[in-house]
Amino acid sequence: MMQFDSTPRALRRAFLTLLASAGTARWSVAPAAQTPPPVLKVVATFSVLADIAREVGGTAVEVTALVGPNADAHVFEPTPSDVRRVASADVVVTNGLRYEGWIDRLIKASGFRGPVVVASQGVVTRGVSGGADPHAWQSLANGQRYAENIRAVLVAALSARAPARVAEVEARAAAYQQRLAALDRDTRERFAALPAERRRVITAHDAFGYFSDAYGVVFIAPRGWTTGSEPSAKAVAAIVRQARASKASALLVENISDPRLIERIGRESGLKVGGALYSDALSPVGTEADTYVRMFEHNVKTLVDAMSLNVPGASGDAGAVPR
Amino acid sequence: MTLLMWLQGMLIQPFVEFGFMRRALVACLALGLSCGPIGTLLVLRRMSLVGDAIAHALLPGAALAFVLFGFSLWAMSIGGFVAAVAVAGLAGLVARLTPQREDASFAAFYLIALAAGVMIISIRGNSVDLMRVLFGTVLAVDDASLLLIAGIASLSLLVLALVYRPLVVECFDPGFLRHLGNAGAWVHALFLMLLVLNLVGGFQALGTLMAVGLMMLPATAARFWAAEVWSLAAVAALFAVLSGWGGLLLSYHANLPSGPSIVLLAGSFYALSLLIGRRDSLLARQLSRRSHRKA
Repeated sequence: MMQFDSTPRALRRAFLTLLASAGTARWSVAPAAQTPPPVLKVVATFSVLADIAREVGGTAVEVTALVGPNADAHVFEPTPSDVRRVASADVVVTNGLRYEGWIDRLIKASGFRGPVVVASQGVVTRGVSGGADPHAWQSLANGQRYAENIRAVLVAALSARAPARVAEVEARAAAYQQRLAALDRDTRERFAALPAERRRVITAHDAFGYFSDAYGVVFIAPRGWTTGSEPSAKAVAAIVRQARASKASALLVENISDPRLIERIGRESGLKVGGALYSDALSPVGTEADTYVRMFEHNVKTLVDAMSLNVPGASGDAGAVPR
Repeated sequence: MTLLMWLQGMLIQPFVEFGFMRRALVACLALGLSCGPIGTLLVLRRMSLVGDAIAHALLPGAALAFVLFGFSLWAMSIGGFVAAVAVAGLAGLVARLTPQREDASFAAFYLIALAAGVMIISIRGNSVDLMRVLFGTVLAVDDASLLLIAGIASLSLLVLALVYRPLVVECFDPGFLRHLGNAGAWVHALFLMLLVLNLVGGFQALGTLMAVGLMMLPATAARFWAAEVWSLAAVAALFAVLSGWGGLLLSYHANLPSGPSIVLLAGSFYALSLLIGRRDSLLARQLSRRSHRKA
């Protein structure tokens, strides 16, 4: 498509403007304000990582995400200003597991030489067709691993520049770890309370493999591995058959796939459509799933509500999650 | 008997078992019925590429509606319709007011519209949204889209029947409508309006890029089989309907994306017609040359 063709040229042009302006950019750091100013500029590849970095780094860091809320990192196209942001960053946070296919090119084009954290480093990966499943943040145990990896690199970078700020980051990281651990326990308990045959749902995007492994929820996905491909009639027919046969308890639309298709499948298989799950991106600031923790809480509530949709005597507000 | 059952399983069973296949089929039938005649008239009026231009001109309107109202069928249809009519109108106006020919001004305006559409989606949405608008998916056609498509097809056939004569005369005598003065201009505008409407309908099912394929490919293929306007239109509609049916089956059995399957099947009908069609195809020319030599 025309969009893809233009990228290398756009990158190259951005690289040239960068070369021209590299000398001046470093000098334009703002002077100190009342609260201690951020010391590190952190660029995260997408919104989930950016939120974890913000939680851990606190006021010591200034975090931006390349792929913003509600956007899809699978098909992201870097713009010249993204290249500029990476070039002026102190730390770059990536997910790894080949989730951001474009990040290596972007870092190379920007000339960035600082530390690049692979947040998923050390998680136990699950294999899928085509390599390791990159959506590791969909289990809170892995989220804790992400937070730890990010803490380590932030502390290392801060010790060199502003050792006084290290303690703050360490304290925030410890508190955050506790929040994630508590939420993990709570999530396990909520799903364990439901009978196994109810814990089967259909979503449009198979990003929930780690979630499935961690919390015993079975996700059936109508699409293949990436969100970019147009589904075939065969794939849709397969999922309808599967949904009819599998006695899934709920059908959930997700924030970045075609909602019309999932509604069609719902009609066809006689399942009610539940709310939206957030998988690859947070929602915009101020909305229901604008942080990693809130995204997780939202997903768990949506799933539990949807699984209770058809239970006789279940509470009436179960389907009230808005799309 | 077993062969019959096998054929039934291959060709009909998918539509019996799955509602989404039936809807997709009905959408393709309706689109094919009205796109056949309109494509034929476009070809005869030497406006084959205008369909393509108009299809792209839908994009900024649909994109703007998408950004403002989300995935709303009506908003996107009306937005696309307004944008495409605006491009057609502006192109016509420029052709009338300046010496520039209509095809050149069409090219200029549709390129601007296309770029604007991509820009709007890229700023506010993401490339998945862009893909959806560009390609659509016939498998997700819901009641409202189906009604829209069927309504557009019925309206198109009715209106075509009403203005059939002046449209056909214009094909062979390009000056005819100009002689009619105002009335001629109205007929031309009405035809463009039908074209836009059909592309809006096709856009719901196949996306902006593929909708025009179901319109132009069957019409260009029909030219190798028929000579009169009515038979050209009938053959084109038949090819379009067969492409829809076969394309869906191809997508179902061979696990291929549905939109491109339909359009590629229409493309193979064209290639086949070009090779072995009854009139003026490569084979027909060979045969007639040989018979000339004998004589």
